[in-house]
Amino acid sequence: MAKHFNNLCLKRLSLMLSAFIFSLLSPLSHANLWQQTLDQAVGETVYWHAWGGDPRTNNFIVWVGEQTEALYGVKVKQVKLSTTAEAVTQVVAEKAADQTTKGAVDMIWINGPNFLAMKQQQLLHGPFVRQLPNAQYLDLSPNSAASVDFTETVAGLEVPWRLARFVFIIDSKRVKKAPLSMAQMLTWAQANPGRLTHPVVNNFMGTTFLKQALIELTAEPGVLQQPATEASFAKATAPLWRWYDALKPFLWRAGQSFPENESIQQQMLNDGELDIAMAFDPAAAAAGIASGLLPDSARVLVPSQGSLGNISFVAIPFNASHIAGAKVVANFLLQPETQAHMQNIDVLGSFSVLDPTKISTQQAQVFAALPTSEALPTLTDLGPTLLEPHASWTSKLKQHWIQRYSQ
Amino acid sequence: MLISSWPKWMMLTILGMGILAPVLLGFSETILAAFGFLPALGRHSFSVSAWQQLAELPGLGTSLRLSLVSGFVATLVAFSLALLGSAWVYQKSSNISFLDKFKPFINPILVPILAAPHAAIAIGMAFLMAPSGWLARWVSPWLTTWQLPPNWATVQDLWGLSLILGLTVKELPFLWLVSLIALKQINVSKQLALAKSMGYSHTAAWYKIIFPQLYPLIRLPVLVVLVYSLSTVDMAQILGPNTPPTLALATMRWYNDANLQLLLPASAAAVGLAMLIAISVLCWELTMLGVFRVIKFTVRSGGRSSQWERVSALLATTLPMAISLGLLSLLVLAIWSITWRWSFPNFLPEQWSYDFWLQLLTQWPLALQHSLVLALMSSSLALLLAVAWLEVQDRCGGQFYRLTLWFIYLPLLVPQMAFLYGLKVGFLRLGLNGTMATVIWAHLLFVSPYVMLSLVDSWRALDQRYLQVAASLGRSRWHCFWRIKLSLLLRPLLLAWAIGIAVSISQYLPTLMIGAGRIESLTTEAISLASGADRRLVGVYGLLQAVVPLLAYALALLLPRLMILKNEQ
Repeated sequence: MAKHFNNLCLKRLSLMLSAFIFSLLSPLSHANLWQQTLDQAVGETVYWHAWGGDPRTNNFIVWVGEQTEALYGVKVKQVKLSTTAEAVTQVVAEKAADQTTKGAVDMIWINGPNFLAMKQQQLLHGPFVRQLPNAQYLDLSPNSAASVDFTETVAGLEVPWRLARFVFIIDSKRVKKAPLSMAQMLTWAQANPGRLTHPVVNNFMGTTFLKQALIELTAEPGVLQQPATEASFAKATAPLWRWYDALKPFLWRAGQSFPENESIQQQMLNDGELDIAMAFDPAAAAAGIASGLLPDSARVLVPSQGSLGNISFVAIPFNASHIAGAKVVANFLLQPETQAHMQNIDVLGSFSVLDPTKISTQQAQVFAALPTSEALPTLTDLGPTLLEPHASWTSKLKQHWIQRYSQ
Repeated sequence: MLISSWPKWMMLTILGMGILAPVLLGFSETILAAFGFLPALGRHSFSVSAWQQLAELPGLGTSLRLSLVSGFVATLVAFSLALLGSAWVYQKSSNISFLDKFKPFINPILVPILAAPHAAIAIGMAFLMAPSGWLARWVSPWLTTWQLPPNWATVQDLWGLSLILGLTVKELPFLWLVSLIALKQINVSKQLALAKSMGYSHTAAWYKIIFPQLYPLIRLPVLVVLVYSLSTVDMAQILGPNTPPTLALATMRWYNDANLQLLLPASAAAVGLAMLIAISVLCWELTMLGVFRVIKFTVRSGGRSSQWERVSALLATTLPMAISLGLLSLLVLAIWSITWRWSFPNFLPEQWSYDFWLQLLTQWPLALQHSLVLALMSSSLALLLAVAWLEVQDRCGGQFYRLTLWFIYLPLLVPQMAFLYGLKVGFLRLGLNGTMATVIWAHLLFVSPYVMLSLVDSWRALDQRYLQVAASLGRSRWHCFWRIKLSLLLRPLLLAWAIGIAVSISQYLPTLMIGAGRIESLTTEAISLASGADRRLVGVYGLLQAVVPLLAYALALLLPRLMILKNEQ
């Protein structure tokens, strides 16, 4: 017994000792650890499960794979999803089958509710963000945009890679005086009945529209950062429902039917069935014009109070087959040169997630030299970013909307 | 039940392990989840809360009504029109109308609609009928003065009428072709002539004499259509109302929700959908029993009334319309596939482009290759299985047939989403997920019923006297099988194979879920890329999905002729 105890003590001691040495040599061993990751990653193929609805993003991922293969010997294969839930279900099914290694998913493009669900069910690998050398370019202070995802702390479980902002797309030929707030949206709809709608609330764009309206209309937007209770929800959403009740009869098809997702809604804008569509990408109008999916007169419209914004992340499932490779790819995404390439309107037009104060002047110049487009707003045009409400508001909004309007 | 010989046992084992077991395995996982058991999410105890959540779903009544009405009405209309169409093909009239000129080409007219994927037809039809669609563009703005489309609900109407129309247009060619094949087993012309001599009109003879003989032969295809119409997600998503949607679409939404706890009510809804389907099949069968009672009664009463005539004539006018809608949907997709921009109210695109076809060659070669391998392998295996099954049945008799028939049709009778998740977990436990072989297996579940379905009637219609003659000449059973049965049945065999290819090529969920995303196919690529929205892309993949099986059909038609030519030389 005593011997056993001694053994245990010794083990603990050696552990403490090694932790101490580790912390002393930290900068060096960090580099060592990363070198180990790089070595391990050579020859791996990273299966990146990502929504495949945007051809430009798909092409960007192909480009990323070419770069990481040349630089680190890591290939990237995009598994194109029609909804992120498909990748989450895959991991859940693997957990159900007790498959704790060699999972099919190496990396997921994720954020918000899907991240929350995977975090809660402990389906994610990590924390690992601070292991990435390029994390130095991020603002990782506790309340920064890169540390909080829909008010949920990231806890090092996912790496930011692109910025998303909620915007409206209008056909500037048809919409002369654009509504710049949700209150104006109502007056505009009353003057132009049937020309506005939003995607079904089961689609994230549908709930985003409601959330944007909620933030603009509610008396105390601060409450939205806390988990919703029955009482706080009823109080905060009362003006929203009043506004929506007034708006609904003037929506497309009198609010009895809605487009399935934002791509269909954009198609309806293109067909002339609507005058206003929505996107989670400030470059959406420019990209739509470039790919022939929107008329040349399509423009982006940002609400005057600013709009909802969030960051797209990548996460690694707990049982991924190629964890080292996924880290190498995630790190590459944070390279200032990669972020500048991504921000190029000819490539993606997604804004960088890096902290501008943390990159060198040389690197900053690359960003400044990027080309512009008429349909692409500048960062100043975009105005302030409104914070995503706590995830519980999203599900409650969805649930209450369905109860009120879907019978 | 006495089963005496080894082929029977072997066939039973193959069908049991290959088809019955995966479906039951997958379905049981879903049933467990519906009652609160989902260990992966930390749910280990029996509970009915998932069912409570389902019952409290707002608009559940409307969803149920939509599913039932669209499923039953679409099946009934497609079925009636298929009967009328078949009657028309056999009708001999002295004055040949414009439409009668199409009679010899009825197969090539119907086959493209049959071969095209459901989603492609739905998207084509949605574009035809939308207020901003092609039909509106024909007459705008010169006739309607519309510079912008009107705010009309011509698709996704609240009653589900456009969904019913879409389902009817897609399923009619299937039922019609199946009926035409089945009718070859009945000596139609002789019976009709006899009935005519007894004073029955063509239509009356058709309903009272031919129909009761035909229905047992096409019962399963009709039920397959009913089940598909009740459980379709892709057509409902494009043509059906969505606030609230049909039960199948509501279930799918739950499965895809970010909140993982909703997997439990989703499973309950999937089990509910399976129950709804079982009850519907039962109701349909009972109704048909009633219909036959009535027919028997009218036959006994000896009436020769011609009231059928007028009703049929009226209904028959909708036949060319339904078929034209299907063909126009395909045509409009073909135009979109070479479009760059096409705005309202232009009759034709203002900018054309071949980019999307080029993309196919440059970006999708792997997906194309996977699709072809999956389709060729699964349909060939299904054909092999079908031939073995039919041959064993020939040697062993009817009891075996009735038992195994339900094995084979089970994957079509249980909604896909009700067992694919469970099947995936099962395959994962066996370490089989994400390989080409398992995806082929998953495809086989859906391909084999169609292959068997399209083969069984021709197989049974084979004149047994050929075999008796060969046997009397001292030829072995195997010789008869290879040299006589298979060579006489070459054309239906190839046709069944082609149908299998069409079915395999359009599988989305089985490819994605069982393939773990590792096996990309044309369908998975196109569906994720388009999110159902880019008609140009849908045009390319929809056409391609139709073209591959069409090539197989063409081969099926040409190959036997070539072989006959060769034999004659």
